Amino acid sequence: MMCTIILNRLLQLIPVMVGISLITFAVISLSPGDPAEITLRATLGTESPPKEAVAKLHEEMGLDDPWHVSYLKWTSRVVQGDLGYSYQTKRSTIEEITHALPITFELAFLSMFFSAAVAIPLGITAALRQNGPVDHLCRLTSIISLSSPEFFVAIVFMLLGGVYLGILPVAGTGGIEYFILPALTLSVGLTAITMRIMRTSMIETLEQDYIRTARAKGLSYRKVIWRHALKNALLPVLIYMGTQLGWIFGGAVTIESIFALPGLGRLLVNSVSSMDIMVVQGCMLTFAVIIVLINLGVDLAHLYLDPSIRGQGE
Amino acid sequence: MNRAWELLRGNATLTTGILLFLLISVMAITAPTISPNDPAEMNFEERLSPPSASFPLGTDQFGRCVFSRIVYGARTSLFIAIISTLIVVPAGIVVGMYAGYFSRFDAPLMRLTDILLAFPGIVLAIAIVGVVGPTPAGIILSFSIPGWAKYARLIRGSTLSLKNSGFVEAARALGASDTYILFHHILPNSYGPIIEIATLGLGSKIIAISGLGFLGLGIQPPTPELGAILKDGVVYLQTAPMMALSAGGMIMLFVLATNLIGSELRSIADPRSDTIEL
Repeated sequence: MMCTIILNRLLQLIPVMVGISLITFAVISLSPGDPAEITLRATLGTESPPKEAVAKLHEEMGLDDPWHVSYLKWTSRVVQGDLGYSYQTKRSTIEEITHALPITFELAFLSMFFSAAVAIPLGITAALRQNGPVDHLCRLTSIISLSSPEFFVAIVFMLLGGVYLGILPVAGTGGIEYFILPALTLSVGLTAITMRIMRTSMIETLEQDYIRTARAKGLSYRKVIWRHALKNALLPVLIYMGTQLGWIFGGAVTIESIFALPGLGRLLVNSVSSMDIMVVQGCMLTFAVIIVLINLGVDLAHLYLDPSIRGQGE
Repeated sequence: MNRAWELLRGNATLTTGILLFLLISVMAITAPTISPNDPAEMNFEERLSPPSASFPLGTDQFGRCVFSRIVYGARTSLFIAIISTLIVVPAGIVVGMYAGYFSRFDAPLMRLTDILLAFPGIVLAIAIVGVVGPTPAGIILSFSIPGWAKYARLIRGSTLSLKNSGFVEAARALGASDTYILFHHILPNSYGPIIEIATLGLGSKIIAISGLGFLGLGIQPPTPELGAILKDGVVYLQTAPMMALSAGGMIMLFVLATNLIGSELRSIADPRSDTIEL
């Protein structure tokens, strides 16, 4: 049963991937710049490659063909791993991306870890002591933190962390300490909502009949929470965090630029600023593919962990 | 109308949010009238000066009045955010209703939203602004192209659940056309979630606009833009903190207002659901 579901989902990916590629192709077709010239600058290592060579490659790449031909040629290049070259650094796009991607991944996962570490305990506490001081404090900080643009939070953290602690805010290479402030900044929005979801989920779980049964059987309150309620209450929270992983990657764009972390987000911003179109296309594709795969993974994990929602197709 | 007053009287948070929003909007709209100085006028002798009678929030690194720049910047951001929302919400509603009501449109339209939602919003916005240029129109376009997808999904969901309900069946039996049913029966029942999501969406657009400005990809200097002022302000945080604080503060207040309104609307619509969505 699961196999057919997985297969189904994978098939549904195909039109999405096609759509993603069309949008990316549209963006770079409409951008100024000549991919043929950029490629030759990189491969020949010269600032101005000979005009005939550029014209020849231009034709080979199908850049002057009608758009559907151009698109097909572009797609076959992409699928073979040829995403072009960077106008600025003359390295291949793939190389730029493989250097940048691990950094963004590290940032994203550290953020999720921080979020979970803060939101889950606080959410549980808020649920157990509803309308208590923790609950109200959580609600207040939620709204405030959701209203703060991430760059403002980043600045606040930079001031606090950079001035009072030894954690360096700028410069990306290095150990994990370079990721702490950026990850904290990124985790703020996610923590706020996750905390509320944990709270709601916990409250709803504790009202279930099986909890009442366990208490009636004589289990202590603490045992009931830890052994029964928590497992079930955590599921919606984890699923939510999974779906927000994509949002985190989006947030990484601004955060990486502020903290000068050389990840995928900063690569995108820099390449758009300098109109380095082949890197832009690489970044767009990478972002989209990552998010599609993450959402697929979360979907499948959800189906696996919660069999009750199987059979609810589209 | 009376219901609206009842809502406001019992709910301090909602009232605060609405008042705050109105206050900022009025400031932004009347920017040309209330700003004490020309936001573009540079006074090099008065660079980085603290708040004073003629410069209520001091001056920036070019001697321009910070207060004037902030209210003009708020004006631009509000304008872009509202226009984007006015485009995106109706478009999303129409697509969502047709997708939910006519099942043969459902799968292809939902595929389209999947594709658009595959790109993080800011990635598409940056890419589109890169192509069309960092003008207000360009930014509006970059929000509009992917922005309707979220609303389409939402309306599709509620249309799906409403299309088989009793009153719809009754209307159909009375001979109502599909279009009539969609716009007179289904849509009014979805107003709640729509308004709530649109309000929260307004806030996130303001953040996105300032984010683009902060990254240097938004409204270009010398036109005042809150994110750009914030970026400049960080450099001069020691000497002229009002730049960063007022720019960041203005953004925050704006978004706080919309979040308060949206969050309270959600509590009203569904008291059990305790979540705030972006």
